[in-house]
Amino acid sequence: MATTTAPVRRRRPRRSGIQGREAVAGWLFVAPVLVILGLFLVLPVAMAAWVSVSDWTGRGSPFSSDVGFVGAQNYRTLMVDGGLATQDFGTAMRNNAWYVLLVVPTQTAISLFLAVMVNRRILRGRGFFRTAFYFPSVTSSVAIVVLWLFLFSASGAVNKLLSFIGIAGPNWFNDPRGIVHVTLGAIGVDAPAAGLLAEHGFLGITWWQWLAGPSFAMSAFILMAVFTTSGTFMLLFIAALQNISGEVEEAAMMDGTTAWQRFRLVTLPMLRPTLFTVLTLGLIGAWQVFDQIYTGTQGGPSKTTLTPAFLSYQASFNNGRWGQGAAIAFVLFALIVVLTVAQRFILRESDTVPRRKRFVRTPPVPTLTDEKSST
Amino acid sequence: MARTATYAVLLAVAAVYIYPFLINVATSFKTDADATSDPLSLVPASWSLDAYSRLFLRSDFPVWFANSAIVTVCVTAGRVFLNSLAGYALARVDFRGRGVVFAGIIAVMAVPGVVLLIPKFLVINQLGMYDTYAGMIIPLLSDAAGIFIMKNFFESIPRSVEEAAKIDGASTFRTFWSVVLPMARPALVTLVILSFQGSWNELSHFIVSAQSPELMTLTKGVAQLASGALSQGNQYPVKLAAAAVMTIPVAVMFFIFQRRIMNTTEGAEKG
Repeated sequence: MATTTAPVRRRRPRRSGIQGREAVAGWLFVAPVLVILGLFLVLPVAMAAWVSVSDWTGRGSPFSSDVGFVGAQNYRTLMVDGGLATQDFGTAMRNNAWYVLLVVPTQTAISLFLAVMVNRRILRGRGFFRTAFYFPSVTSSVAIVVLWLFLFSASGAVNKLLSFIGIAGPNWFNDPRGIVHVTLGAIGVDAPAAGLLAEHGFLGITWWQWLAGPSFAMSAFILMAVFTTSGTFMLLFIAALQNISGEVEEAAMMDGTTAWQRFRLVTLPMLRPTLFTVLTLGLIGAWQVFDQIYTGTQGGPSKTTLTPAFLSYQASFNNGRWGQGAAIAFVLFALIVVLTVAQRFILRESDTVPRRKRFVRTPPVPTLTDEKSST
Repeated sequence: MARTATYAVLLAVAAVYIYPFLINVATSFKTDADATSDPLSLVPASWSLDAYSRLFLRSDFPVWFANSAIVTVCVTAGRVFLNSLAGYALARVDFRGRGVVFAGIIAVMAVPGVVLLIPKFLVINQLGMYDTYAGMIIPLLSDAAGIFIMKNFFESIPRSVEEAAKIDGASTFRTFWSVVLPMARPALVTLVILSFQGSWNELSHFIVSAQSPELMTLTKGVAQLASGALSQGNQYPVKLAAAAVMTIPVAVMFFIFQRRIMNTTEGAEKG
């Protein structure tokens, strides 16, 4: 790094006087932030990278001479060996994969739906509705988990409501059965179809176990995630919707389109960038479930709410397997990066709107937005 | 007809979003037996302040509350100052390496927080800050998103505003402090709200930066309550009272600045 900056420095003329002072001021202004980010973001990543390939047990400094380098051993134990560590990791990945699969599309759809509903100019009480939908997003996840444990307890409010329509609700936070398995059981498919599904697997658990679906406990967390995040994403969608000029919609309306056609052909294509933001943020957030598990179930019942983030914490802080904990964090990091890049790639591909429809992409008339930002 | 349907749908959804909080508050005034037998009702069979007196008089709850308040105030004040300082430098002050610094901050933004749980503990421990207020506060003092917001805002202020001050020979800090910063009130308010909410609701950082009971924050304390500390049986009213009390400060903040939150978030997307 240092060697590359030297020639650059020579190229530019030395600054003096006010400009020189300004450069000093600039560095002084950003210095505190750089120090903090460096110390508590960059350095930790480097340290964890070392710990994940070491046999550090949590005593003394991870850099002391009696801590050994073990190469990929921690990663192997997690992903290949097939022992308890691998099974736990596989289970955690299974749980979180279902969580992501169900949470991300649902929260995106609901927040978009709410935004479109609430954004109508003729609607009265828009402020009230926005507040109502956004409020869960500002409250602490700990408080919401406490509430959720109450609402979803065996004799809680949710089961009471279900009983009104004749459904005997499950014992949500204590029921480890996967909902896919329960559904399959209801139509008579009970045992793992012997052979492929039962005998082969991935990350230490069988395909049959992967296909179990989220447990009832995890399902309650899934509902909670939708409840707490849809408000934030709704605001992002509202912001984007307000940037769409009314004229485009009016023009479409003149062409005799139905409301649904206008939404699908005009509004939705213009929301693509926001859609991408929401999906990415949702994906990143959903792979990091920690607070809820720590507060609520600590991974139980039967490890069905274990998530990689919580497992990483548990392996390190409770079981003293720091190398494994750090390795889990890095696998999770890699996964999030890969998925985000993949998502960007996929959405880019479909983002090329056919030339015929390009007219809807003309830059929005800025009057509306300017009015707002100037107030 | 269509409009009636819209209202019906919206009201139903709003009920789903609001009702749980009403249950939360109502249940905190119930007795244990009442909470379990009638979880849906919003009116306690007999009003009871038992949960609250238990929390405030017979538990460490006040200590947790005080710790959360200390940390939140320090983090918010520090963040607002440091982020606007850095945001201003990145937007306006001409110094070599500015682009690199900004790119670095954006890159750091991409690191998922949970990945840093263990590493943060390692560094805090190594620096001898484990189990201190410093360890709980300092790492939270700067956030890339806040810098980003401030930078964007400062870029939207016309340069001519600062020129007069510069010609008068004001230092860069002076120009920043007495000319530009007062104009940045809307962005500062956004930052205050975000920092306040973020640090008040923070859990994982406090888990890895402190363990002594004297440094317990509300989130950690209530999380412990939820898992059954302090109580035999379910004791839902106590837990829900704790959840309700910890929600009050952010709720107050939210309702005071509600207009602003709705507007700035709309603005944030536009940059």
